[in-house]
Amino acid sequence: MTVPWRRLPFFVLLALATLAFVYPLVWLVSASLKPRSQVFDNRLIPEIFQPSNYVKVWDAAPVLRWLLNSLTVGFMAAATVTLSSALVAFGFAYFRFRGRNIAFGILLSTMMLPGAVTMIPVYLIWNKLGMIDTQIPLWAQNLFGSAFYVFLLRQFFLGIPRELFEAARVDGCGYFSLFRRIAFPLCKPALVIVFVFEFKASWSDLLKPLIYLQTPDYFTMPRGLKQIIDSFALSGHYEWEIAIAASVLAVAPMIVLFAFGQRYILDGVATTAQKG
Amino acid sequence: MTTTVERSAGSGQTQPAPRRRPKRSPLAKREDRAGWLFISPWVIGFVVFTAGPMIASLVLSFTDYQMIQAPHAVGLDNYRQLFDDPRVLKSLSNTFVYAAMFVPLGTIFALALAMMLQRVGKAGGFFRTAFYLPEMTPAVAAGAMFLLLLNGQQGLINKVLGWFGINGPNWTADPNWLKPSLAIVSLWTVGGTVIIYLAALNGVPKQLYEAAELDGAGPVTRFFRITVPMISGALFFTVITHTIAAMQMFDQAYTMFYGPQQKATASDESLVYMVYLFQNAFQFFKMGFASAMAWLLFVIIMLITFIQVRIGNRYVYYHGDR
Repeated sequence: MTVPWRRLPFFVLLALATLAFVYPLVWLVSASLKPRSQVFDNRLIPEIFQPSNYVKVWDAAPVLRWLLNSLTVGFMAAATVTLSSALVAFGFAYFRFRGRNIAFGILLSTMMLPGAVTMIPVYLIWNKLGMIDTQIPLWAQNLFGSAFYVFLLRQFFLGIPRELFEAARVDGCGYFSLFRRIAFPLCKPALVIVFVFEFKASWSDLLKPLIYLQTPDYFTMPRGLKQIIDSFALSGHYEWEIAIAASVLAVAPMIVLFAFGQRYILDGVATTAQKG
Repeated sequence: MTTTVERSAGSGQTQPAPRRRPKRSPLAKREDRAGWLFISPWVIGFVVFTAGPMIASLVLSFTDYQMIQAPHAVGLDNYRQLFDDPRVLKSLSNTFVYAAMFVPLGTIFALALAMMLQRVGKAGGFFRTAFYLPEMTPAVAAGAMFLLLLNGQQGLINKVLGWFGINGPNWTADPNWLKPSLAIVSLWTVGGTVIIYLAALNGVPKQLYEAAELDGAGPVTRFFRITVPMISGALFFTVITHTIAAMQMFDQAYTMFYGPQQKATASDESLVYMVYLFQNAFQFFKMGFASAMAWLLFVIIMLITFIQVRIGNRYVYYHGDR
């Protein structure tokens, strides 16, 4: 790659910015391999390698359980929201039914609603249903779609030439087949975006697990990590190497996901705002 | 299509036509049914998890409800208490201060990075990936990490500042620096915005810049007269979404500064509104009061967004494809 000299300053600035964005994560990984006394030495390559930090986390907390819980909850949340939002989005995009505009207007207005307004009654509903301290409240609402994703997917469905649907109708395709055989496959990239966004959101969430989970065995990874940090504060015994190793475990699956879905994710981020 | 419905509904009664409204063909009726069937998951979800809870939360906000007994009405007490409770006001002002730091800084920072990315052309792909990486980090992990990086004595950030002869503050312990600490963590995850701006910048026709250059417009003029207006849609979108998100900030603040260990002795300088709301609802079980807090937040967000939209509509330029 040839770098024209006029662009050099930009590359230098960009390199510095990149360092600011990426270095903390590199620091985290390197610190996770250091003994507690050297966490703050800020060397990139640990002077003393102590991978046993990960064994310590393993012994101190049910991290494997937490990771599996996060995976399950994340998958359920993402799969349900993708399917249901796609169905609803197709309904809004394809059919010219009575009341559509009003319904869609209401859907759009719910995007602005702060979660706090519904948080307490929704908690009371799950409480009534005896679902507190289960993982169901963490994803079950996704069965009903999510306004933002419906909006996003509708834009994609509107982009499919209507003639395709008409032709399929002439061939005797039912409404549901239109969705399953034409709309759904043609919007795969958009569906992947929705899936990944929701998986990431679910993986990162702290508030819902805080509200709904009590038994440590049911915790998701962020909730578990918070538990670890809290336990230091309670005991006054700051075993940072454990928290750091646990943080790496919480981030790593997301980085792997990003490595595989990079294209989709970055293009998805760029298009969501354009569509919005 | 709503107009057709309204017209036919209005004229139906007065005309001596045999039918109340022009009969919709069986096909149209089928389409009505199918449409509603497809959107029914959202309709059910809206009624059960949005509209119903909104009404319930409004009702609860006028009651005292501690979960052990049935709620009993207290009229406007909760709302009066909102303005008497110093921690509500403190948390509100903390939230505003945090938003006032993060939203403008985040916008400027992201725009500067996006403009640099655009300059480097193809190599931008690598940087785009690097900038987005922090967004994949769960807020709890980012919070834990920055507690260490921002450590006053040994943290990396103060060490780097030290190279430049700057004596960094005790970020996570000094009450004055708690909100800047939160803003720094948020700035670290601004990569998604960079990508949005980059896409917007790439959509600006090159001819505009060429024409302006011919007319003798300097870089500053070109920036303010072409770049900013042409990407104002994206700027507007992100400012609104960032503001709404900042007003509801929770994960980071709670991770870094709150937990079961949090006693009344600790500083309230990091108490953001959602943290206090959460504490009221799920630690003190003051469900009625917390509901009133939620409605106050709702009204504030609506007001801010309304003002932003009013201002935005005057300045935002939408491309022809809107």
